[in-house]
Amino acid sequence: MSLHTLTISELRAKLRCGDVSARQITQALLDRIQAVDSQLQAYLWLNPDDALAQADAIDRTSKTQPLAGIPIAIKDVLNVTGQPCTCASKILRGHTSVYDATVIRHLRAAGAILLGRTNMDEFAMGSSTENSSWGVTRNPWDLERIPGGSSGGSAAAVAGHAAIAALGSDTGGSIRQPAALTGCVGLKPTYGLVSRFGLVAFASSLDQVGPFTKTVADAALLLGVIAGHDPLDSTSVPQAVPDYREQLRAGVKGLRIGLPKEYFIAGMNREVEAAVRAAIQQLASLGAEVVEISLPHTDYAVAVYYLIATAEASANLARFDGVRYGARVRGADVLDTYGKTRGAGFGPEVKRRIILGTYALSAGYYDAYYLRAQKVRTLIRRDFEQAFQKCDVIVAPTSPTPAFKIGERVDDPLQMYLCDIFTISVNLAGNCGLSLPCGFTTQPKLPIGLQLIGKAFAEPTLLRVAHAYEQATPWHTERPAL
Amino acid sequence: MAEDPNRIDIEHVAHLARLELTDAEKTKFAAQLKDMLAYVAKLGNVDVTGVEPTAHAVPLTNVLRPDEARPSIDPALILNNAPESARGLFIMPKIVE
Repeated sequence: MSLHTLTISELRAKLRCGDVSARQITQALLDRIQAVDSQLQAYLWLNPDDALAQADAIDRTSKTQPLAGIPIAIKDVLNVTGQPCTCASKILRGHTSVYDATVIRHLRAAGAILLGRTNMDEFAMGSSTENSSWGVTRNPWDLERIPGGSSGGSAAAVAGHAAIAALGSDTGGSIRQPAALTGCVGLKPTYGLVSRFGLVAFASSLDQVGPFTKTVADAALLLGVIAGHDPLDSTSVPQAVPDYREQLRAGVKGLRIGLPKEYFIAGMNREVEAAVRAAIQQLASLGAEVVEISLPHTDYAVAVYYLIATAEASANLARFDGVRYGARVRGADVLDTYGKTRGAGFGPEVKRRIILGTYALSAGYYDAYYLRAQKVRTLIRRDFEQAFQKCDVIVAPTSPTPAFKIGERVDDPLQMYLCDIFTISVNLAGNCGLSLPCGFTTQPKLPIGLQLIGKAFAEPTLLRVAHAYEQATPWHTERPAL
Repeated sequence: MAEDPNRIDIEHVAHLARLELTDAEKTKFAAQLKDMLAYVAKLGNVDVTGVEPTAHAVPLTNVLRPDEARPSIDPALILNNAPESARGLFIMPKIVE
């Protein structure tokens, strides 16, 4: 039996009865990373001695914490004291975090081993992890293909069994889409449920931190650890965190599953559509009632997203100016130093988005672009409010296609943005969303993701439906031949 | 969208963003910005009469904390990440003549 292939729940059981130590688990993961990560390139940074020291410290405790001894990989966008944090950008080369993100503080308190830092699209802008300044991460199911993005490193690490679980961030699909494309479970929590303190901001009204896991039960456990009110994040909602595992086994009988007709579009990969439709059948046969719903403003979501997210990004990324952190390229004066530092430090996608966002906010264009986008965002929210009067959970594909080949879409930004067509509305409306495996394409064999969307703070319902489906299907037991 | 997307002044936008671009980047980004503006122009088809804008999805406003002194991160650690520092300060090119 290889420890690295086990789930959090399985490892907890072994650890508690003394079968294994935190050091053994951590060493097993370090060995696995050593064996596969030269192919995957999921990790940007790893410190084996530090990871083993964390494990030894856990082994000296009673090991009753919820994540005692569980190695977890962290997307390079979350601050961990003493570790590098570059957001896969040259502009933060050599930056060392001087504080813990709130989610990291929660992980430490829960006994998790902070294993290493995972690759991502620069500043989380992208859908393939090809926008990393440090190299391309590969899909464990086919090394010629992208793992999705922007949290591609975290997804590849979990799917490739090079981490037991991972944290990512999701602004327009950056957890759910890579989870779908690599065959793991990825959860984007309701906006305001998980603290964003210590998460390097991309689009502040959309960003959420969430888990990547091998099973739905593990996602419920990890979410319970990272969720909760944080006075350090003014958008964090002050309400109690339920035990997300409590309702897992409640089944789907009596629940209404909504099918948005706008999400089954022309141009969707045929095997993806077939797998999602089969999953809906499966949920119906488990006792759910399937109802058709409509989200009429779906067609506008990508346009709204790329105005709002880039506008917010252009403001958030103003802080990278070569003054307080990162690389500086000296110019003739202050303005010249800003321009040269940012020109040299940011990659093409980040520059592209800063330009679009700056344009959308600039004098004369604000009303026509940014303000109008915010108004259409209201209509997208209303679509969901009305839909959730007719159903408890919405079911849809996570991504219209399986993982594509490295390089296939890099020259066509708009085509790349359309990867997120099914995921971005959820961020705009502030709902929760989860992706879990629902099958594979045949030739080549690539994972397909099923997306479940819930209303704000309906994570217990989302996890309950996901767990029922997962337990009735074999997909989560499949492993890449890596 | 009343504005003509052909009238993109990429140098002005780059200046507002404090972003120095090469000539090749200016040409490329101007063309791509034009494409994206053409794509988002579809928002002009939506009737937004009387619709309030959504800035974020949480109904929280004026979230304040008590105005109390608290320990901060060690300034020396913060300055370790600075491109240039001296005597506890960030060093910058001269701003005022």
